[in-house]
Amino acid sequence: MLLALSATAIVIVVLLWEVMAPTVAEWWERHRARRAVVPGFDHDPGRERRAEQRARQLLKSCVNEEEWAMYRDLGFIRVWGRGGEGVEYAYLIYPHKPIIAYLPQTGVLLNEYCVEFLDEERPYGSRRLPDSDDVLAKWMALTGDERRLIDSANMHLPGRQVDPKMVRRDLWRLSQWERRRIAGDRRRDAGQLPA
Amino acid sequence: MKPGHGEVLIAEGDPEVTEEERELIEAFRAQLDLGMWAAVPLTCSAGRREAQMVKSFEEIPRDADRVIFFPRAAGGC
Repeated sequence: MLLALSATAIVIVVLLWEVMAPTVAEWWERHRARRAVVPGFDHDPGRERRAEQRARQLLKSCVNEEEWAMYRDLGFIRVWGRGGEGVEYAYLIYPHKPIIAYLPQTGVLLNEYCVEFLDEERPYGSRRLPDSDDVLAKWMALTGDERRLIDSANMHLPGRQVDPKMVRRDLWRLSQWERRRIAGDRRRDAGQLPA
Repeated sequence: MKPGHGEVLIAEGDPEVTEEERELIEAFRAQLDLGMWAAVPLTCSAGRREAQMVKSFEEIPRDADRVIFFPRAAGGC
């Protein structure tokens, strides 16, 4: 009798273990995860703003006056393509968005080049560069070695990441902005505006 | 200099001074070993600006006042 009860008890325990084991293991993993020490970073709301300000100064010191004014006023920079074999093309550089290639004569959008510059040192827990540093990295890579950057990027048709309507609107804004600048330069040359 | 949550000065010195040049070379190689790209901002004709990518210390123009390191490009999105 005792032997039969013992055998039954053992079978029950084994069956229960089979049923409960995954639940117990999951509970234990969750318990360990809750108690694990996760490296934290002191949140400083002004730090990213200060970093962005420094990045803007660095960008301003590298690009020319027109490109800086373009970025300041419009939020992107146009860089002329250097290949093309006679066909004039250009890129629009936005912070943390794909690089847009287009034909300035017609406004036709050619491609989106998805490229990232991730800071693996994660200075404050994030690999993401400040906006102006991202623009500077794209500008340096495009003007310094356009082919290498394009080869590093993932190429897509227009519209995959960036709304073509927004890009066309930005191209229109750029044309208006350039007209105003040219008009301002003419007035300045004519002595109607202070330099 | 290096972008990355604000400009960071890595090393500075006069490459004409042997000791300082050695330190600059070491700092340059250390950044490239970390996988960074290096570029020198240049002013071209008619005020046009561009960058010159450099892969070795010897490629840096002698009159360059700074080299900027930035993370290498990777396909994204």
